[in-house]
Amino acid sequence: MGSPMEYNGGSVVAMVGKDCVAIATDLRLGQQSIGVAYNFDKVVAVNDKLYYGLPGLATDVYSLREHLRFRVNMYRMKEEREITPKTFTHLVSSSLYEKRFGPWFIEPVVAGLPQPTELDPHPKPFISTMDTIGCITTPKDFAVAGTAADKLYGAAEGLWEPDLEPDDLFETISQTLLNAVDRDCLSGWGAIVHVITQDKVVTRRLRSRMD
Amino acid sequence: MSDAPGGGGGAYSFSLTTFSPSGKLVQIEHALAAVAGGDTSLGIKATNGVVLATDKKAPSLLLDTSALEKVAPICPNIGFVYSGMGPDFRVLVAKARKIAQAYWKVYGEYPPTKVLVQEVAGVMQKATQSGGVRPYGISLLIAGWDAHRGQSLYQVDPSGSYWAWKASAIGKNTVNGKTFLEKRYNDDLSLEDAIHTALLTLKEGFEGQMTENTIEIGIVTCPTADQLVEKPGERLPPTFRKLTEAEVRDYLAL
Repeated sequence: MGSPMEYNGGSVVAMVGKDCVAIATDLRLGQQSIGVAYNFDKVVAVNDKLYYGLPGLATDVYSLREHLRFRVNMYRMKEEREITPKTFTHLVSSSLYEKRFGPWFIEPVVAGLPQPTELDPHPKPFISTMDTIGCITTPKDFAVAGTAADKLYGAAEGLWEPDLEPDDLFETISQTLLNAVDRDCLSGWGAIVHVITQDKVVTRRLRSRMD
Repeated sequence: MSDAPGGGGGAYSFSLTTFSPSGKLVQIEHALAAVAGGDTSLGIKATNGVVLATDKKAPSLLLDTSALEKVAPICPNIGFVYSGMGPDFRVLVAKARKIAQAYWKVYGEYPPTKVLVQEVAGVMQKATQSGGVRPYGISLLIAGWDAHRGQSLYQVDPSGSYWAWKASAIGKNTVNGKTFLEKRYNDDLSLEDAIHTALLTLKEGFEGQMTENTIEIGIVTCPTADQLVEKPGERLPPTFRKLTEAEVRDYLAL
């Protein structure tokens, strides 16, 4: 049996724009080369300003998602506030590192807009990603993960540019994802894109090659 | 009353914390008595910070007071001061520091004041309900700053109850201290004013000479926006710090 990271397939990408962030995932769930479902959404909302994607082993996607739902709900009640993207990244990271020697087979991607505060009225859009044991990277442009990660890097390097407005960011992230997953046997079968701005989140479902 | 071993207090005094028929936990009342007998400590919240101050009287002239520590930094944004039993304070400080570091390990930032207060209050409450232990013989004043709530001042009692104060005094002369603070306090007090008010309040009922060796002060200062910008390879400057003996001397001279 191959690597657990390639068993079910799937990819996630996040991008920074001008006062907005986007996160997108494909919808395939497979068992090695066999396609099983085309409605496997790997991106979850923490709140309307913060989303994260969990590409990797599907069973761990469910477990980690529930674990994080629990931790965020407890955080919300204890702290009486919403978790910030940066703090959430650390929470995910420590949840992963807790299982350092028998890891969750997942490489999370986080995308969010921090809430403006008195001390920081114009917070920067935030994205981050981690390896399976929680080592954090916080890029200023884009973050990729999943079985099409190498292809996503290529497409994103070519298409992304700074200060994209929400509509252009949507176009960029969609083309990046669709063209990358078409080159990956284990990703594809449709996609979902979320574009997060301070006043709304636009979620669109993309149709793509089904082979 | 008289047949309990070890002296007065009644049949419930020397068992573990147990309700008396009238609904009191006598052990907690004894703990509060230990606090009320302790040296005075006080805290005042200002518009741009918080001050903690305490009486640090040495029992002997021969004691090296610079080695005594009654105001304790817990993490860069939170500090404690206490009235009551010194050894119990050290135990709680060690626990609180550990709680703060554990929080940092998970969230990559230090706990907001209220969260640390709740955790420490939880530790103190446990000592009123667990087997084989006695309640902590101290009350705490906790001052801190966090991005969510700004500066805050809390008091935690041996029972585990806690309150957020604008100003409070614990230990000896609490009643006088609080009355004095009520007269002096107003909502637009600056940190400098608060430090002077703290010294004046401490002076009320202070036995002996108030010098940099016989009091201790800790302050919380609210950071500015650019102090909160993280520079690569650097940590954010602490918002809680103790005043040095030289600084205390300067405040006393004014």
